[in-house]
Formats: sequence, structure tokens, C-alpha cells
Amino acid sequence: MTAETIRSLTNEEISLIRKEFPVLQQKIYGKPLVYFDNAATAQKPDAVIKSLTEFYSEYNSNIHRGVHFLSQKASDAYEQVREKVRNFIHAESESEVVFTRGTTESINLVAQSFGKAFVTEGDEVIISAMEHHSNIVPWQMMCEERKAVLRVIPINEKGELLTDELEKTLNSKTKIISVVHISNSLGTVNPVKKLIAQAHRREVPVLIDAAQSIAHEQIDVNDLDCDFMAFSSHKMLGPTGVGVLYAKRKWLEALPPYQGGGDMISGVSFEKTTYNEIPFRFEAGTQNIADVIAFGTSIDYLQSLDRKRLLFYEHQLLSYATERIKEVEGIRIIGTASEKSGILSFLIKGGNAMDIGMYLDTQGIAVRTGHHCTQPVMNFFKIPGTIRASFLFYNTISEIDIFIEALKKAARLFHKK
Amino acid sequence: MKSLAETEQEIIDDFTFFENWEDKYNYIIEIGQQLPSLNDKYKIDELRIQGCQSSVWLHCSEKDGRIYFEADSDSVFVKGEIALLIKVMSGKLPDEIVNAKLGFIDTIGLRQQLSMTRANGLASMIRRMKQFAAGA
Repeated sequence: MTAETIRSLTNEEISLIRKEFPVLQQKIYGKPLVYFDNAATAQKPDAVIKSLTEFYSEYNSNIHRGVHFLSQKASDAYEQVREKVRNFIHAESESEVVFTRGTTESINLVAQSFGKAFVTEGDEVIISAMEHHSNIVPWQMMCEERKAVLRVIPINEKGELLTDELEKTLNSKTKIISVVHISNSLGTVNPVKKLIAQAHRREVPVLIDAAQSIAHEQIDVNDLDCDFMAFSSHKMLGPTGVGVLYAKRKWLEALPPYQGGGDMISGVSFEKTTYNEIPFRFEAGTQNIADVIAFGTSIDYLQSLDRKRLLFYEHQLLSYATERIKEVEGIRIIGTASEKSGILSFLIKGGNAMDIGMYLDTQGIAVRTGHHCTQPVMNFFKIPGTIRASFLFYNTISEIDIFIEALKKAARLFHKK
Repeated sequence: MKSLAETEQEIIDDFTFFENWEDKYNYIIEIGQQLPSLNDKYKIDELRIQGCQSSVWLHCSEKDGRIYFEADSDSVFVKGEIALLIKVMSGKLPDEIVNAKLGFIDTIGLRQQLSMTRANGLASMIRRMKQFAAGA
């Protein structure tokens, strides 16, 4: 952190930002919507919605193979997004940016293709104990197929990764490490730069699951030096159904294709198919053109704001909520890492997580309850699930006040036996 | 003894007093908290219906040609739903239970509040009740 002072967002700025998100303007059961489920998906600004409509009403056509005007326009718009993504994450070249359906598909792509090329019987893959199921199951599937071993770096009671354990787990059989940047159920920010450096000393590549961090951190793949990074558009104000796999050129060139089909080939005969160059080799079939283009608009939108100030403000929201939630009787916060992002997971004594979540819903407050696709984390804390509030820069301090008052009422409801 | 349809109508009548989702929620929580807990000896895996976010244990029995249900859940809201189902279904004749349409769940506006996975949990509870009645 530099010595420069970062100004938080002013109330006027927040209210201008909120005006751009149509979903936030509504009432739920007659109460103003309080949307605290941003870790599940973020709301979309007008510009993103408009860019989807514009594509379909003005230049809908297939890309990369048309000779006509509309196809050219669509292809240009689609490829411009690749450059926008490159710029957003500071990748060296746009050919290192592969469009996928989302974080999950990006991880599956690497697990399958990397596994096929580099993993054999007895090899090891390392993940952490706080992974989302989408960064566990693809590796399990691949390890099972290739008779490899999946190893797990444990966490402590605060929900922090035991980074020292990585050193003990790394060995000559380790082929790849895949680790989450920010935990979706605990909010922990992992020291990924340090982990990557540690792995690279052993020449082991690292995949970073950036699903939760892409909207809440300023990501620089060059600075992190990660080999792969996976994230989704919909958590950064863009449409669902689009994601990114960033991979260093040397890896993309070394990986076999994930799926076969149109657009990923350079020549096909019944005897032999030769593949297109990267990144197109990994984008088989007609892509999700409209959503990719609107994803580009969400990047433009984020870039138009002062992200340092946004992130500073999000941290203020988390600190304020973490402090105020202690006023609620019987509160237990799950995930108390020293480095946290805008995710607050908790339980209230005597109250089932789903019951509390449903009560919040009656107040127009949207949160997530359950295991958040991280059952191993819940098992570690010996709980069935949590209530999770997750913040984004369009949320406000007064929304947190509404939320805390509602929680106090819920706590009273479940305390009287 | 009231018929199953009569009991359903009673519940529908009760719910006409509630103007919004919050009132309904509070009422369901209240009856959930009043529903007696199931004896621990019945809280076993064989009697468990696994939902996505909560578990239900359902114990069925038969006496003098009528079917009786007792149930419990780790969620008070689900217990409230169970209390409504028990009010309608328990102590009724097997035929009534098997043929129950349970339209009240829609009429009182409960169905639209349940996400798909939760609605499926309710459906499997009803299925178990009917299966037991059919076999009695």
C-alpha cells in the first residue's frame, strides 16, 4: 500500500452509480430491495443491457467466417472484447485470452487438457481446503481418470490458508496447483502472489480461480505471474454464460484442444484434422457472441470508474458490517481472516441459516444461505451452512443498517423457544 | 372427525387474514415452534428426507384404520410447513391421504415462496406420506 490517501465514494457518487442499475430501483414486498447476494452474481448496469439489445437488433450475425458487413462488424466487436480483457488483467497478448462459458468451464478446460498432456499415474495435483466445488470436482475427475493424487492444503480456524503446508506438500510429483484467490464462502483473500512464487521455484504451474476477486481486486496477471486464471463475466456486472480462461502463451500452445468442432480447426479431412492457432483452438463452435460483446461493455463500465476508490469503499462496507453485526445476539462470524474481501458469512445461535435467510427475504433483503458449493469448508467448521451477505460498490451504509436491524429481529424470533 | 378437505379449507381460511409474505412467514415460524419435537429414536437415517438446505424426519404409524404422522426438521420454517401438512393429513383415512390434492399449498401462496429445491423437499415429504398410506 502506498502512502497516497484514497478518497471513498461520496453519497452523491453512490446514488449516481445506483441509478444505472435498473434492478436496484425496485421494491420487494413493498420494501426497497437490499441486494447482498453479489458473490452469487452482480447486477447489470443499463449500458450492459443496452449493448445486448443493440447487438440483437442491429448487427446480429455469426463471427469469424462471414464476408458480409454484419459479420465483419460482429467479429470486430467480439475480438475487441478480447483486447479489453487483456488490458483489464494486464496480460501480454490477447491470444492468451480464451472465452469460455464461465469459471467452471475454464477450470474444466485446464484440468482436462493439462491432464491429458502432462499428468500420468502417481502424479499429484494440489488444491486448497477452501475451494469451491468447481475447483475440486474437475481435478478429482481428471485425477481419477489418470490415476493421479489430489492433495489439499489445509486452513485454520480463521479460514486462512496454511501456506507453510504448501512447501511440505510440493514435491517432484506435483504437476499443477489450483487455488482460489478469494474464498466465496469465507471472504478470505489468499496470498496468491506468494504461493505462485513458491510453486515456480519448483517449476510447478499455478491456476488462480479469480471468480470472486475479478470484481473486487485489481488483477494483474503479469505481476502475479500466474500460469492460468479463470473468471466469469457475470460476477463483474456482465452477462451470465461468459467466462475467461487466461493462460500464458507457452501453456496454451502446449495444451491439446478441449472440444472439437467448427472454428477451432485450420483444416479437416477424414484422415486428419489440423487445429487453428491459439486462442481459437479452444473456442469450438459458435460462441456466445452477444454476451461476450456485452461483457466488453461491463469492462468499459468498470474502467470508467476509479477502481481504487471503489475497492476502498467496498472494504469500508465490509468493516462497517463486520462491526455492526456484533450487535446481533448470538452472532458467529465464519471466516475471520486478517485479509478479507466483501463477503460476510455468519450464523445466529438457535436460528437455522435458511430460516434466517427467508426472514431477510420477507424484508426485501437478498442473501445466500447454505453451503455455497463449499461443503469441505462447512465440514471443517462442523456446520451445515451459513448465511452470506456479499457487497458491491453500489451497496450503501444505510442498506447495512436495514440489514442489521432485520437480523436483530430474526435473532429475537429464534431466541424465544 | 373432520375430513381432509375440511381441514384444508380451515387452513385456507386462516391464511386469508395475512396480507403479506412477512405475516405468513411469522405464522409458519410460530406453528413450527409449537410443533412437538420428534422423539430422538425416530431421528434416524431411514426416516430422513434429505433436502438441499434442511433435513426432515418423518415417522408414520397406523391405528384403528387411520394414519398418523409425526415429523421434525432442523429448520423451524420447514417444521411449520410440516405442522400444516400434519394438520391436514394426520389422523385421516388411507384413501383420503392417497387421493389428497393438497391444493391449499398453492392457495395460501406457499408454493410461490419456495425455490425449486425447497419445493422438491416438500414434494418428497408428501410422496412419503402417500406411500405409507397406500401400503397401510
